[in-house]
Amino acid sequence: MTRIRFQQSLDELKDQLLVMAGMAEQAIQRAVEAYRTRDLSICDLVSKGEEEINRMQRENDQTATDLLAMEQPMAVDLRFILSAIKINADLERVGDSAKNISDRVRTMEQMSAAEMPVDIPRMASLATEMVRKSLKSFIDADAELSCAVLAMDDAVDSMNRAAYKSLTTVMAEQSSLAPQALNALMIARALERIADHATSIAEDVIFWVQGADVRHYKSLKIAPDPHELG
Amino acid sequence: MGDERLKNEHELRSRIRTLTDGVATALAVLSTILVVAPLVAIFVYLIYKGASSLSWDFFIKVPKPVGEAGGGMANAIAGSALLLGLGSLIGIPVGIAGGVYLAEFGRGTRLANAVRFTADVLNGVPSIVMGIAVYSLIVIPQRHFSALSGGVALGIMMIPTVCRTTEEMLLMVPNAVREAALALGVPNWRSVLAITVRTASAGIITGCMLAFARVAGETAPLIFTAFGNVDWSAKLSEPIAALPLQIYVYAISPYDEWHRLAWAGALVLIVLIMLAVSLVRYVTSRGVMKGAN
Amino acid sequence: MGVGIEVTNLNAWYGANHTLQDINLNIPANHATALIGPSGCGKSTFVRCLNRMHETNPIARVTGSVLIGGLDIYADAKPVEIRRRVGMVFQRPNPFPTMSIYDNVAAGLKLNGFRNRRVLDEIVERSLKNSALWDEVKDDLKKKSGASLSGGQQQRLCIARALAVDPEVLLMDEPASALDPVSTSKIEDLIFQLKSQYTIVIVTHNMQQAARVAEKTGFFLNGRMIEFDSTQKIFTNPSDKRTEDYITGRFG
Repeated sequence: MTRIRFQQSLDELKDQLLVMAGMAEQAIQRAVEAYRTRDLSICDLVSKGEEEINRMQRENDQTATDLLAMEQPMAVDLRFILSAIKINADLERVGDSAKNISDRVRTMEQMSAAEMPVDIPRMASLATEMVRKSLKSFIDADAELSCAVLAMDDAVDSMNRAAYKSLTTVMAEQSSLAPQALNALMIARALERIADHATSIAEDVIFWVQGADVRHYKSLKIAPDPHELG
Repeated sequence: MGDERLKNEHELRSRIRTLTDGVATALAVLSTILVVAPLVAIFVYLIYKGASSLSWDFFIKVPKPVGEAGGGMANAIAGSALLLGLGSLIGIPVGIAGGVYLAEFGRGTRLANAVRFTADVLNGVPSIVMGIAVYSLIVIPQRHFSALSGGVALGIMMIPTVCRTTEEMLLMVPNAVREAALALGVPNWRSVLAITVRTASAGIITGCMLAFARVAGETAPLIFTAFGNVDWSAKLSEPIAALPLQIYVYAISPYDEWHRLAWAGALVLIVLIMLAVSLVRYVTSRGVMKGAN
Repeated sequence: MGVGIEVTNLNAWYGANHTLQDINLNIPANHATALIGPSGCGKSTFVRCLNRMHETNPIARVTGSVLIGGLDIYADAKPVEIRRRVGMVFQRPNPFPTMSIYDNVAAGLKLNGFRNRRVLDEIVERSLKNSALWDEVKDDLKKKSGASLSGGQQQRLCIARALAVDPEVLLMDEPASALDPVSTSKIEDLIFQLKSQYTIVIVTHNMQQAARVAEKTGFFLNGRMIEFDSTQKIFTNPSDKRTEDYITGRFG
């Protein structure tokens, strides 16, 4: 096989992304753990981790840019690098969302505890599972698994809408608990964002593997071929 | 320590190389001198022996009978010109046509191989045999010597040289040029004439001049055909004088006066050939560069 | 104006060597179509079948049909006529060495009997302008020989020469492969402009070049045409794995 060095560079880019993905997953786990245990030292870990994630994002973008300029990639290689760039951005945002959650936890510590009518742990586990599955589909180049992730987004969206409803009710009826409610709402939204990014990663994997742009559509079957439109 | 020895070895090798280079160059120069020297020597000798006998008379007067002084070879010069003109008229077109056929139309065919073989054989035929052949073919049926037969003999002798050089020069034209012409929708025969032959024209002309220079000095074939003439003659059906023939006749004669004229004739012959060749070169090179329309 | 080319079941042989097998494709008019593929895949042979240059080789043979503008070029026309309507530019620039620039461009016309001086002047000027060479040579048309130009200029001269006979199709066999990047860019810009007047078929080893100039691309392999589609599709998401392997350089 020719272009061995190029293939190695592509593999390296993929590995770098996976390391970053691991850190993003870890950040979510830590943020959820901090929420559960109210342990502020874990919040510090999340903050530190986020700096590392940002550094890796810059590095990955540079690697991808160099590959585009120097290797004139075509077809599947081109799609892979473009997807890698987008996944890079999504993973960084996941890290940001995790940090948002841990910041909310810090704020919560300064308030009195109060039960909120929103199942944060359940939302968290759904979002985490989506992230894990989308990354597995990236590792395995498995477009079917990606489609499964796309299907899971609805559940998280509806949980978020329900949280909005119940928490705004709380804020209206028990104004003294408004800060806690707002906090909980922001955590729910951060989790919903994480789920969106997992969806985005799954769409990028489908683009890479099958050359189909399925963004903003729920599954492969609905997205029309842009060439047939013109 | 090892470096020191290595350096010395390198230097020694380098010096041997320089020495070998010098020896080879010297040998090359020596070889060139060996080749050129005889030519220069002949030329110088001719000038020495013949220049003194040159006079204006030489170029405008016909030979005087034995015993009388003076006279020249004017008719021989004119006769050679006529014979060479006739020979070229026969030999050059036929030779070029043959070369064009061999290179452009018959490549690889059995007929082409036969033609090429024939040309090579013809090239090797001794010039006296050529003369005898034309004698049998033209002189005997006509029952007289003639300028025509002389021209024919010279012409036939020119054919192989012209033909083979034309073929060589045409083969040297890169195929890309032929393809370019064909791709323009030019028919093959036209492409051959207007493009391929034109591209090879410099070389073809050289071939013609080689043939010309060779036959210009031929004596043997003219002995039985043109025969020679002591006076002016311009009719194709009459015997005609020729410079090499005249030189031969005078050289083997017992008269000193004629020997002197023979030397002068030889000098004039060589100079005239050189002039003719240079003139053709000059005229055609100017034409080709301008891309004459 | 350019015309379309329809190729049906084209097969070609060099002696016993079956160089092209069952080629079927439609080349659209007034577009540039690129043909890519590894060395020896038959793309040059294919192009030479389109102007019947393939048969200048005595052991060459062709079956199938090629319709250019509806005309069957094998059954209903003579090679010489076809070559006037289908021009060709070769890989190595091949201007006629003993002719001036003017004579080179006018060669196709003059050799076919055209004599009108004024019209020839116009055609030469127009062809040289169309091949982006006019400004560089307009003062030396008859003084300089075709071979005294630089490589890139020579190639544009060859293009002008081909255009002068007003073809409908222009075949280009790796026209820029012997040229430096700047000359290559000039030739590519030229192809872009010529598209509107002629149908262009360009054989190229350089995939980035095919991507830059051609709307449609055909991939040849071992004498067969594997895939023929819009250039955009071939280079972002080809249908056949062999095409993808070739364009990503994974061949071998």
